[in-house]
Amino acid sequence: MKVLVPVKRVIDYNVKVRVKSDQTGVDLTNAKMAMNPFCEIAVEEAVRLKEQGIASEVIVVSIGPKACQEQMRNAMALGADRGIHIECNEFPESLQVAKLLAKVVEQESPGLVIIGKQAIDSDNNQTGQMLAALTDMPQGTFASKVNVAGQSVQVTREIDGGLQTLTLSLPAVVTTDLRLNEPRFAKLPDIMKAKRKPLAVMTTEELGVDITSRISTLKVTPPPVRAAGVMVENVAELLTKLRNEAKVIS
Amino acid sequence: MSILVYAEHDNAQLKTETHKLVTAALQLGEKVHILVAGHQCGAVARQAASVEGVSEVFVADNEAYAYQLAENIGALVVSLADNYSHVVAAATTTGKNFMPRVAALLDVAQISDVIAIESADTFIRPIYAGNAIATVQSQDSIKVMTVRVSAFDAAAEGNDAPLVELDTVIENQQVTFEHAEMTKSERPELTAANIVISGGRGMQDGENFSMLESIADKLGAAVGASRAAVDAGFVPNDMQVGQTGKIVAPQLYIAVGISGAIQHLAGMKDAKVIVAINKDPEAPIFQVADYGLVADLFIALPELDSALT
Ligand SMILES: Cc1cc2nc3c(=O)[nH]c(=O)nc-3n(C[C@H](O)[C@H](O)[C@H](O)COP(=O)(O)OP(=O)(O)OC[C@H]3O[C@@H](n4cnc5c(N)ncnc54)[C@H](O)[C@@H]3O)c2cc1C
Ligand SMILES: Nc1ncnc2c1ncn2[C@@H]1O[C@H](COP(=O)(O)O)[C@@H](O)[C@H]1O
Repeated sequence: MKVLVPVKRVIDYNVKVRVKSDQTGVDLTNAKMAMNPFCEIAVEEAVRLKEQGIASEVIVVSIGPKACQEQMRNAMALGADRGIHIECNEFPESLQVAKLLAKVVEQESPGLVIIGKQAIDSDNNQTGQMLAALTDMPQGTFASKVNVAGQSVQVTREIDGGLQTLTLSLPAVVTTDLRLNEPRFAKLPDIMKAKRKPLAVMTTEELGVDITSRISTLKVTPPPVRAAGVMVENVAELLTKLRNEAKVIS
Repeated sequence: MSILVYAEHDNAQLKTETHKLVTAALQLGEKVHILVAGHQCGAVARQAASVEGVSEVFVADNEAYAYQLAENIGALVVSLADNYSHVVAAATTTGKNFMPRVAALLDVAQISDVIAIESADTFIRPIYAGNAIATVQSQDSIKVMTVRVSAFDAAAEGNDAPLVELDTVIENQQVTFEHAEMTKSERPELTAANIVISGGRGMQDGENFSMLESIADKLGAAVGASRAAVDAGFVPNDMQVGQTGKIVAPQLYIAVGISGAIQHLAGMKDAKVIVAINKDPEAPIFQVADYGLVADLFIALPELDSALT
């Protein structure tokens, strides 16, 4: 079976973002960009399925500007076989991304879509669930364990309060949580090889999806800053402050 | 405008998340309905009816809803959505699981993690792990949104809204519940506690968390953790506080052996008072702490414990 892995280009998770002074968004000029960490986990899981002989082919899809191809090549260096880049100037909203991915699912008929649970820029946590709904596939979100057996997949999910295990019939959508696996690092020869792997480029028009969003961002501001705190010398002083100054314990 | 609120519960009890959702919903419009979907959840429905400001409670009580599977709940909510201007659920793993399906099936966007409501179509939400705050406006006919409940106060109880039974049964055959391992704890829930004490990689192992538990019991606190502590297997996943774990906003948050990565701060920096105990004076956690103590936790925690008696 084919495994489809959507990957998003985002700001590197180590970078502290700054809001632009005109309040139109965050300043990404010269910022280090990377593959969304949850997408890296998705790529790793798909590649492991291929190594186990369960997946026949791992296809990465990315939607956004030309620069997304950098992260697609990364995914190919990690073991993905080919890429589909849906090129557009902006990063569409999750619903539009899901609609585009649904078209790709229609064309490629993957047995499994493994997708990050959340993009660390929008923090939406929506796309996988939307894709599942649009394609009528069952979903296993926030997965910390994935076990493909025959025509179904068992997914252990990280939920508030503990863990839940579901069995989904294939094809299905799985969204990755942090503890699903630890992604490998790409090796130099694989980085070289990845440059020659097939990468198809298409447009949103070709796929017939209107990517205009019905959400408009009116402004983006920095979060309120916390007033500077104080250092205490010892536990006794800490407790005195908490009792008498902050009054948060009795 | 009518607002549909999805009740957060475990079939036995209504969770305070629901009361907070009602507060948010009342800022959107006057007519607030609650949907309780579950199995043998009659007591939950009656409790939902008692929440102030609620005008009607719909109850879908069926085995198909026992585990609130996204496929079933999503379709159930969609079957009701046409009557509403807004559909609201908590940004918990339940709400995050089914709500995007509701939005997709209605062909509208979802607004995730709303922390404030400007007007019926304009909402405020954090992005980039809370390092930026966006004000967004929706042109969709039905607004589908998840709410970060830590940002809203709980509505009171004392109401007696009418209950309406729903007999819609949606049972998707593509998904089967196998089992769940729920963490049992006598302590308050992380997201509801007034005081939270969390441990990080500095705790070194799971057993050392008993030092935090003992203090937590004396303070009536919940115990949380950083991702590093969860990844290392010290404690279960549902204790993770942060961008991709739980968001807490208690009166007091005590971070012990936690460096203060932005992803962790995203989950706790709205606490009223933050205490950090760390042996490294340069640890970034001290930049957000109201009270910082540079100390070895293996010395400070026993001291704190005995001082609290
Ligand atoms: C996509 C993504 C999502 C993430 N989501 C989250 C999230 O939701 N929540 C989260 O917490 N993290 C999250 N992280 C991870 C985050 O980046 C950090 O790696 C993590 O928070 C570090 O945990 P820590 O502070 O416990 O460990 P460290 O950074 O290793 O810090 C340990 C601290 O303990 C102190 N210490 C050690 N020994 C002692 C001692 N004896 N006494 C006192 N102090 C001591 C050290 O000085 C140090 O400051 C995420 C990362 C990514 C990439
Ligand atoms: N522009 C995009 N291109 C490819 N995949 C995407 C894109 N946007 C979101 N995704 C996928 O959807 C996941 C969840 O994103 P979100 O729902 O936006 O938080 C990400 O981890 C990606 O796997």
